[in-house]
Amino acid sequence: MSYKYFPHTQQDISEMLKVIGVGSLEELYAEIPEELKFVGELDMPSAKSEIEVREIIEGMAARNKQLVCFAGCGTYNHYTPSVIPYIASRSEFSTSYTPYQAEISQGTLQYIFEYQSMMAELTGLEISNASMYDGATATAEAMMMCVAAAKKRRKVLISSTFNPDVLRVVRTYAKYHGVELVEVPAKDGVTDKAAINELLAGGDVAGVMVAQPNYFGNIEDFSGLADACHAEKALLVINSVASALGVLKSPGEWGADIACGDAQSLGIPMGYGGPYIGYLCTTSALIRKMPGRLVGATTDAEGKRCFVLTMQAREQHIRREKATSNICTAQGFMCLYVASYLSLMGPKGLREVNQLSYEAAHYLQDALIGTGAFEKVHEVPFLNEFTLRYTGKTPLNELRKKLTAEGYLAGVVANEAEQLVVFAATEQNSQQQIDAFVAAVAKLV
Amino acid sequence: MNKTYYGKLIFELSKPGRTGYSLPESTMRNHSMDELPSALLREKPLGLPEVDELTAVRHYTNMSNNNFGVDTGFYPLGSCTMKYNPKINEEMAALKGFTNLHPAQCECTTQGALELYWEVQRTLSEIAGLSAFTLNPYAGAHGELTGLMVIRKYHEMRGDTGRTKIIVPDSAHGTNPASAAVCGLQIVQVKSTADGTVDVEDLKPLLGDDIAGMMMTNPNTLGIFEKKIPEIARLVHECGGLMYYDGANLNPMLGVCRPGDMGFDVMHINLHKTFSTPHGGGGPGSGPVGVRAGLEEYLPNPQVVKNADGSFSIRMNEQSLGAVSPLFGNYAVVVRAYAYLLSLGKENVPLAGKLSVLNANYIKECLKEYYKLPIDGLCKHEFVFDGLREEYGGDHHDAGHVTTLDVAKRLLDYGFHAPTIYFPLLFHEAMMIEPTETESKDTLDEFIEVMKTIAIEARDNRELLKTAPHSTPVRRLDDVKAVKEPKFTFAML
Amino acid sequence: MAKVIEGLYYSESHEYVKIEGEYGYVGITDYAQDQLGNVVYVDMPEVDDEVTAGEEFGAVESVKAASDLISPVSGTVVEINEELEDAPELVNKDAFANWIMKVKLSDPAEVEALMDVAAYEAICH
Repeated sequence: MSYKYFPHTQQDISEMLKVIGVGSLEELYAEIPEELKFVGELDMPSAKSEIEVREIIEGMAARNKQLVCFAGCGTYNHYTPSVIPYIASRSEFSTSYTPYQAEISQGTLQYIFEYQSMMAELTGLEISNASMYDGATATAEAMMMCVAAAKKRRKVLISSTFNPDVLRVVRTYAKYHGVELVEVPAKDGVTDKAAINELLAGGDVAGVMVAQPNYFGNIEDFSGLADACHAEKALLVINSVASALGVLKSPGEWGADIACGDAQSLGIPMGYGGPYIGYLCTTSALIRKMPGRLVGATTDAEGKRCFVLTMQAREQHIRREKATSNICTAQGFMCLYVASYLSLMGPKGLREVNQLSYEAAHYLQDALIGTGAFEKVHEVPFLNEFTLRYTGKTPLNELRKKLTAEGYLAGVVANEAEQLVVFAATEQNSQQQIDAFVAAVAKLV
Repeated sequence: MNKTYYGKLIFELSKPGRTGYSLPESTMRNHSMDELPSALLREKPLGLPEVDELTAVRHYTNMSNNNFGVDTGFYPLGSCTMKYNPKINEEMAALKGFTNLHPAQCECTTQGALELYWEVQRTLSEIAGLSAFTLNPYAGAHGELTGLMVIRKYHEMRGDTGRTKIIVPDSAHGTNPASAAVCGLQIVQVKSTADGTVDVEDLKPLLGDDIAGMMMTNPNTLGIFEKKIPEIARLVHECGGLMYYDGANLNPMLGVCRPGDMGFDVMHINLHKTFSTPHGGGGPGSGPVGVRAGLEEYLPNPQVVKNADGSFSIRMNEQSLGAVSPLFGNYAVVVRAYAYLLSLGKENVPLAGKLSVLNANYIKECLKEYYKLPIDGLCKHEFVFDGLREEYGGDHHDAGHVTTLDVAKRLLDYGFHAPTIYFPLLFHEAMMIEPTETESKDTLDEFIEVMKTIAIEARDNRELLKTAPHSTPVRRLDDVKAVKEPKFTFAML
Repeated sequence: MAKVIEGLYYSESHEYVKIEGEYGYVGITDYAQDQLGNVVYVDMPEVDDEVTAGEEFGAVESVKAASDLISPVSGTVVEINEELEDAPELVNKDAFANWIMKVKLSDPAEVEALMDVAAYEAICH
């Protein structure tokens, strides 16, 4: 019965059973009623050798098609420096758990502290946690923070310019958590601010959530929004694509109380949806309403600067049902991805990534419009993602299917009835690639 | 553990003008970000570090030397199932055929990925004795929340809207009541009996038509099998509630006793515990949720189904509880779990559970003369000591007695990770030990010897423990200062 | 043995109230501060908040624990102990001198339902 992940020899087992005072491994389960025990063999494959495991899973990977990506909508094909997976593969990091024993976890604690510092810089807010699964659930947590901070108010406004994938998740949380989620309509591709003001006037709004750039790629102007929210004692939450914060006005600069979103755009592979990391940043006034793990600096018995999990009295293992959230994840491994990405890129690199993506996306937009089969729908500035209306003869679905066959992911359909498609480009899309893609489009429309 | 302290922050290695990346030359210069209205742009300069590549690599490598993982040494952290993380899993998860997939890709281009997802759903259903699984939840607590949503959806679909309460044992993980609160349920606590299991007599009067269900883990957080589970499940079902199984402690049950067969309706599994995916410093995990027949439709969207022709589809189900993630959760974690399931196969899955139980009982028997064992008898994959025995400095009437924290810190000096401490809350000096099946008798014997040595030190040289650890990169930390003078970022230092 | 003071009223959740005319000073007992350990934060109500006997009005946090504050009396908060914002450890130093809130009582008779010193000492063992 010798198996590579189990170190026990027959002799070990016999000796151990003897110490315990039972006759067999089965007897270790003597107290379990027989009728509850599983009899027979599990209906699953037999053990496979490493060679076979490789063959099976590599086969599955090969049955997927890797496409040249012109889509975003929450997942961006930015480049991952080779250093990152190399650092992340150090098993001192990856095989550790939440750093409960700080004295032997300074590595984890320190990179989380760096991550928190970097996210605070990007968002322009004071404090970042290190615990969000992804951008959608981080937005749901931000919503719950709003109602927790407001105490008696249960209404939260959310712009309908949010990514529908995020909206679906937030709606689900709102339903079960008992939050009245009101969707604010869009006007000309951005949030209708007049509608927000009208709703705020009701005096019962706990928070207002907007997205930047929004689902259509449009950069929204939030001037005056924070003041309008604060005048009615509502919190302002801005959800941003993390990478874009390298150049766009930060949530802190807009006057937001909470910044949230997905940090996948900071060097994390697209990976069919995960794992990513959500971020959640806030002001020190709201720290005790914040969910998730926080790392703080302190000193040890010899006065050395070191780091430790702190402010734990907010958390589930202490507060149980009164906790700010049920989160216990510390999204450590992905914090390491983001911290090492931002270390390598620095302020200059992040700007350059945005600049190259901007150039590629605008070049792509011009070229697609140039085919005569696409037209602009919004007159709003954008960074690396934009929405066009398709007007070609070939039905849109057929066009996209054919482009898939040619190896392209031709955007995401935002609205079937209106024939709206959201395209994105990044520094990984070269001019040749865009030219080839647009030529393929021109041929098929 | 490398004793050398490495305490620099990447910000402190920064020098303006250094570069750690390279990007292609711009060729599409028709547009520039300078076109953007300045009102939309950041004003405050971005305070990120500027370092070259080697500086970054050395920095993070030095930091990793101040970290302890399963690959470094024995990690008996109770309730966390710190088993070995096989390396083939990592190789498979890194395949470009998975990592380069965009979530918006047509299912016609992701058949392999969907097949893998479906195979894991199916295999987990078999192992759990349930009908269907979703792998969308991102973590154990996220799975709990999802599972509770399934329970609420079930009652809602029956028009049974008055069920707003959930029963949770007093020994439960903190996440159980916290998840229930996020899900809008009120918590009703049920007591434990002296033997650490659910008090059925205390449970009975709690049951009524306001009960949505009951959350349990079996074996419970003390590592004890809840023998009365058939009766408990019957009582809860009779009152109209559903049974939720917290899969945190599934490992010892593998192939021996399935949650579905014990009477549970909904459960979550932690792939990072039971199915060997790395804990990653606390995440990302994965918390698949399984349900018995009749509840499948309520699982979150999107769902993966196998078609009659053998192909796989992504479907959005009208009856679903909604969505807890945009797509398929932490997909790369699922790939790792699949590699593990294939490697173990039906022959070794049950063995994993049994050997984990063997290891736990062995440590318990070898150490119970030194540490207080509040509940004797067979444990499953883990057990709880209530601190040192009186004769080894653990007498809590003595104001300066040696605490569980002291023992935990001293263990670090000997190159072991500490057990989970001060949980469950049923005991003042709880020390929860879970060795897992991947540890050898030799490792366990070393650990046992060290634990005995520490007990003797506690009796004879208390101060040594009170000031431990001594040989770690940093010494005992001032956690009061961390809260009272909070500094969460480099800018605050 | 934890300190107690004659003449105050005590609740089962270890708050005390000291009555002065139509006002009550509410804090946590010495026993409670001892059980919590180093207090690092006191979450206080705001002036003009209404509090109700038996309901939560804030929380005290130590490093590894947190405990809700349950008001022993009903009324309107007229003052909070602002010193505790910067120096929560005062609660550890002298829990009785460092009250948390001053309440204008809406129902002074409520205190009759609370415990006196003797009864309170009996529940602190």
